[in-house]
Amino acid sequence: MLESIHVSFESLNLITLAPMLIAIFGGLIILIIDLINGKLDKTLYVMLTILILFIDFGAVIGLHTGERGFFNVMLIDGISIISQLMIIGGSMIFIPLALTSKRFHEYSYPEFFALFLFMVAGFQFMVATDNLILIFVGIETASLALYTLIALHNRANSYEAAVKYFTMGALAAGFFAMGSAVVYGLTGSIELYQISDIMATRMNEPGLTLAILGSSALLLVAFAFKLSLFPFHTWAPDVYEGASSPLAGYMSVIPKVAVFVVSMRIFDMYMNLEIEWVRNILLLLAVLTMTLANVMALVQEDVKRMLAYSSISHAGFILAALALDTTEGNTSMFLYYALFMFTNLGAFAMLWISRHKKKRFSDRYDHPYEKFAGLIQIMPIGAVIMALFMLSLAGVPPFSVFWGKIYVMQAALDSGYIWLAIVMGINSAIAAYYYLKLIVYMFLKDPVKDVDTAYYNLSKPLMAVIGLATVATVTAIFYIQPLFHYLYQMISSSGY
Amino acid sequence: MENILSVLVFFPAVAGLLGFVVNKESARAYGITVATIEFFLSLWLWFSFDMSKAGMQFVEITPLIPDFGISYYLGVDGISLFIVIMSTFMTLVSMAGMSETKNIKNMIITLLFLEMTMVGVFVALDAMIFYMFWELSLVPMLYIIGAWGGTLRVYASIKFFLYTFTGSLIMLVGMLYVAYIYHDLTTVWSFAITDWYALVLPVNIQLWLFAAFFIGFAIKVPMFPFHTWLPYAHGQAPTIGSVILAAVLLKMGTYGFVRFSLPMFPDASVMAITPIAVLSIIMIIYTAMVAYVQKDMKQVIAYSSVSHMGIIMLGLFAMNAEGLAGSVFQMLAHGIISGALFMLVGVIYDRRHTKLMSEFGGLASVMPKYAVIFGIMLMAAVGLPLTMGFPGEFLVLLGFYKISPMMTILAGTSIILGAIYMLRLYKLSFFGPITNDANRNLKDLNHRETWTLIPLVLVVIWLGVYPKPVLTPINNSVNALLTFMKDKAITQEAKDTIIVSKKDKGGA
Repeated sequence: MLESIHVSFESLNLITLAPMLIAIFGGLIILIIDLINGKLDKTLYVMLTILILFIDFGAVIGLHTGERGFFNVMLIDGISIISQLMIIGGSMIFIPLALTSKRFHEYSYPEFFALFLFMVAGFQFMVATDNLILIFVGIETASLALYTLIALHNRANSYEAAVKYFTMGALAAGFFAMGSAVVYGLTGSIELYQISDIMATRMNEPGLTLAILGSSALLLVAFAFKLSLFPFHTWAPDVYEGASSPLAGYMSVIPKVAVFVVSMRIFDMYMNLEIEWVRNILLLLAVLTMTLANVMALVQEDVKRMLAYSSISHAGFILAALALDTTEGNTSMFLYYALFMFTNLGAFAMLWISRHKKKRFSDRYDHPYEKFAGLIQIMPIGAVIMALFMLSLAGVPPFSVFWGKIYVMQAALDSGYIWLAIVMGINSAIAAYYYLKLIVYMFLKDPVKDVDTAYYNLSKPLMAVIGLATVATVTAIFYIQPLFHYLYQMISSSGY
Repeated sequence: MENILSVLVFFPAVAGLLGFVVNKESARAYGITVATIEFFLSLWLWFSFDMSKAGMQFVEITPLIPDFGISYYLGVDGISLFIVIMSTFMTLVSMAGMSETKNIKNMIITLLFLEMTMVGVFVALDAMIFYMFWELSLVPMLYIIGAWGGTLRVYASIKFFLYTFTGSLIMLVGMLYVAYIYHDLTTVWSFAITDWYALVLPVNIQLWLFAAFFIGFAIKVPMFPFHTWLPYAHGQAPTIGSVILAAVLLKMGTYGFVRFSLPMFPDASVMAITPIAVLSIIMIIYTAMVAYVQKDMKQVIAYSSVSHMGIIMLGLFAMNAEGLAGSVFQMLAHGIISGALFMLVGVIYDRRHTKLMSEFGGLASVMPKYAVIFGIMLMAAVGLPLTMGFPGEFLVLLGFYKISPMMTILAGTSIILGAIYMLRLYKLSFFGPITNDANRNLKDLNHRETWTLIPLVLVVIWLGVYPKPVLTPINNSVNALLTFMKDKAITQEAKDTIIVSKKDKGGA
């Protein structure tokens, strides 16, 4: 007969689990409300979601760094706190975008909001643990919810996008599982901190090098899929195109933050073991990703696809920061995403307000460049705001993404990678062309048709979100200091 | 007023923002009033400027991002003072003489934002703030060329933007690297240019950094062979765009050399004398030849403008007070003269909607006032004594003679070549009988045009006859700069080449 194990309640340290539980219970509450009264409006669900996320946010702020909980599976360090804050913050900006003036049917389902909250919980699990199994569970929870959210947009290409994303996601999950299995086989553990200790002792054993390299390669492929790094990026533009604009903007930031945190934890371990191969391949992937995605973005005819490729290219920048594996590099990575989040979500929100039920400008695309021709005459403020977002993405100072760029470049220089900083500079210059193309269409061309409905989908909540994004983009210079300081402290306290 | 520089920088920007509210019909008057106030503010700066001091004055410093050493740091010295005044002056004059009527309100607001960036570049003493204004200046110019330009305007504006943007990104990497070295040596982050001056860098690092900054500045100047964007930009830009571009934006490049390259990398600068002089001489002679074969008046002026920028570049690398002060003076002269010439071409374009010289001939008899002013400006551009074009060019050549007599003689051909293509332009358009009937009834300058051009003529003659009030403060700062470079240089070659004049060291 098995001996019973006694677990004291205190040792579980359930407070570390509280944020995720809040999100999950919130999702369940929304489902229950729907059961009781099925005729409630989406505005109620949107506001409830924001409130739940608000509590979630508060719970994360209340966490103390350096704690473990739930059989040492949960890890609360500085990184898990700041990344959870970013995930929740980004979600809070995203969700009011459901309140468009035109009705898009996915938002009338309460399930949308419940799934959304489950997804947020999944992301939070991913970043708040160093247990490979829990990471896997987090990835799958979040991804499965996200596939459904994409498909709910209910158009032919959204189904295509969801299925494509699902297939690629499944493949990535497979690679991740195999990689973890190899790691487990090597070390007999699934906790990253134990793995790194054991692996360090076995580094010199003959015959094991291949297995260690193999495990890193498998994990690398898994994360390259998730982060849409070259050459595993091919799904991304189609998926972004099929998803609704705000969701595409969301996907270009929040899931990537979560995956970047996980890859940071895993590859940091490999790089600390002085497996230079990992660093070199990461740098190579970063350079290829930023360059080739840029080149692809140049030839796009649709603004949304352009933004999709551009966000792949930005991910390349961030991957380069990750590959440096210095505190500065890791800090700049978070700073970059924090700044990029506002600008990119703002840009996608601008696409969202111009969304029509039918494709009016082209048979193929929703947002061809022609749609924005002469926007300055139709909607001057909208055109100026969109131009600000584009300039920010191009890295024109003093707008927000510029600061992310210089921090990444500075981190590269600090680690002695001058060539990397120059490659980044050249890539920014290439990228300027396609952002400029949109500005040229908006400011320097005449409208193609006399369209009076460029701001078709505009509503007050959307204006508020775009306004917030604009303010965050323009005034970046004033909040960089506290933000950077906070991030740096949190990251250096976690030992990265 | 201690914070006059901040007011100077942000007054046009605030006015630009408020300008959105101003009614379309009154926008022009609003813009001219704002530009006038800004000009008087810059004159105030001049009168409260202590001429006997060589260092930075009206310094303002507020930390913005202390963890990264970025601060809001402004200051002005004898070199930047007059460029700032020239910028506000040219903005005012070109705005007053502007003939565009399409979307006038957008144009005024854009110009006001452009003025902010122009003044900002010249007074910034923090590399990041400098870079910020430097990059921001591209956006309004892109819009001015792209929205009010000729048929190829979109192509020209994108080419202008991408060319300069690429160059400045390389410069940005250079700046970040300097900051990294500074951090490495002092464990403090700083982007303050005055802090960077204290760095004594090994020669090979100086060379690399010099190259990085060179790309950024040379594209802006534009040095041969990076000049190809400029003829397009001038060819397509509206008159006011060309005026501002030639008068102020190009000066950002040469000013960058004075502010960054020379004091930070003295040894590399001395080593770069010969290559840069060769490029400058090619620039002077080659673009003068190209100017000669142009059929379009505006292109002649555009290429002559590039040719004269070659003189400025040459003077910067003369490494003595005459050359450097002459070069700074020539920046001002070039700004006013080429600005005036572009405005004059604009006058005739407004009347005939063509700029081809073959369309004209005998204009002097129908437009006497126009012909006189054009003639004065043309002589000034050629560098006739007693016009503003002379002292600068003369000092540059005098200064560079100490480096290389041979190259100075080659560069001196610029005066002859300039006279040839300018007089050809004048002969073809103004003299001889009227061959084209369309020219018979052209109206001479109207009041607006006359009164915007006369101040330029006055300045050109005043500073041609008596340049001292401007040259003295320039000389003070230039001498201080050279003394600093000489002390800081590590190679003997550089120490020997840099000559500090003994006699008038000013109050420094």
